[in-house]
Amino acid sequence: MLKDITLGQYFPGTSPIHRLDPRTKLILLIVYIVALFLAQGWVGYGVLLAFLLFTIKISTIPPRSILRGMKPIVMILVFTGVLNLFFTREGKTLLNIADVIIVTEGGLTRAVMMMARILMLITGTFLLTYTTSPISLTDGLEALLNPLKKIGVPVHELSMMMCIALRFIPTLIEETDKIMSAQKARGADFENGSLMDRARALIPILVPLFIGAFRRADELATAMECRCYQGGEGRSKMKILRYHLGDMKAFGMGFGLLILVGALAALGL
Amino acid sequence: MSDIIVTEHLAYTYPGMDNMPGVAVFKDLNLSIEEGTFVAVLGMNGCGKSTLAKHFNSILLPSGGRVLVCGIDTANEDRLMVVRRNVGMVFQNPDNQIVANVVEEDVAFGPENLGIASPEIRNRVDKALKQVGMYEYREHAPHLLSGGQKQRIAIAGVIAMEPKCIVLDEPTAMLDPRGRREVMETVRRLNREKGITVVLITHHMDEAAQADRVVVMHKGSVAADGAPEDVFSQVELLHRIGLAAPDSVELCWQLKQEGFDLPLDKLTPKECAQVLCEFLKA
Repeated sequence: MLKDITLGQYFPGTSPIHRLDPRTKLILLIVYIVALFLAQGWVGYGVLLAFLLFTIKISTIPPRSILRGMKPIVMILVFTGVLNLFFTREGKTLLNIADVIIVTEGGLTRAVMMMARILMLITGTFLLTYTTSPISLTDGLEALLNPLKKIGVPVHELSMMMCIALRFIPTLIEETDKIMSAQKARGADFENGSLMDRARALIPILVPLFIGAFRRADELATAMECRCYQGGEGRSKMKILRYHLGDMKAFGMGFGLLILVGALAALGL
Repeated sequence: MSDIIVTEHLAYTYPGMDNMPGVAVFKDLNLSIEEGTFVAVLGMNGCGKSTLAKHFNSILLPSGGRVLVCGIDTANEDRLMVVRRNVGMVFQNPDNQIVANVVEEDVAFGPENLGIASPEIRNRVDKALKQVGMYEYREHAPHLLSGGQKQRIAIAGVIAMEPKCIVLDEPTAMLDPRGRREVMETVRRLNREKGITVVLITHHMDEAAQADRVVVMHKGSVAADGAPEDVFSQVELLHRIGLAAPDSVELCWQLKQEGFDLPLDKLTPKECAQVLCEFLKA
């Protein structure tokens, strides 16, 4: 049951989007998000949506898996939609039930736009994690944050930590499953009782899980030392990040999009 | 052939906690491992096998005596990386020694730490993966592989650093029979074809039987040392220190106790069967 967590799931592939440098993708995601927040009117949103759909198309990610990823945010989406729909009082009134529930034209527009914005924001970020392996993502982050080393930010250590954390998520999930089964086999009850009871029932899972994690960490540290790990100093990389022609094209498109959306917003479209 | 690892009067005491006296593991251990050999180390739990292994690449430092690796004292901090580069370690749990979440990235971890240029790392990674027969899996996620495959990845990660010696600390303890066979075949091939010295710490007698030399440890000292045939034929000694000989030797020994005159140096079931056949015919 814990296995189907799609945390930053990666779909291996060779599409042009997959082949982009992770740095390009990270920068363009930021550009895309900025453009998304710049957009004012329907035309701006339309352009962004067209761009997003085009990107999904060439990424060869099955649209169904993108939709499946949306499940956890449905609640947020509904909540935002409802709040904006009922509490914005602008323009013509479309619906009025006993002066309690009032839907205005402005409210409707804003609700749809906010929902579209959140949806497009999440889809864009998903596209990044779907087409970029966690390791190249951390590589990209490390490369982008590298200038911060000068002011004493431990960039290499952070990216190493992220890499190891990502590596151990499936292992620890598997271990949690095992511990839960072991406790269930001995009569532990995780499903019934009050919230307090259920929270208390988690203690016999968390304690062994943490002890196990520390033991793993200890062994991993020894294994890393054995393999001559001594921090970021003097370390080389097997895969050196390089910008290619595709990255240049992507940058051109991304910044073009930003300028276009910005111009449209200035015109109020 | 020269000795790649030498322990001279090695003594080691685990530091005690809360003013308790520490536990002495070795008092005076002398052992030398010749370059290019395949040495199996046997012994009961707590006899100091793993502690000994950790001395071979400076994870633990002796409290007395010294350990020389390729002639370098492991206590010499300036040469630490040379020692570790030459003696690779593979541990029991493959999950806890794989660092990255792509196979080839994990294999590249060691060479990256050595600061090798990237085309050369690529070379070494591909070569190492081919040597352990995992090249097709280079882009897989390690957690989706079987135990035996993970352990072979761990071995590839070590040989990508091109060590002279590999120390394996019970590498098959958590594996199923198939995984065990895969790992053992890989280790033997590396020893035979690449001339890499192998120190295999194990609980499995049949694995030890494949080595050139077997060292039996008991309470921190060497109880028996020699060719597998010589060590395993000392069945009484093995029993006294809580070990058993390989099944085929045990069988012959039992029969010998009953008065049948059988040799005790047949280590594999096949050899054993042959001897029994001949004996029955005679």
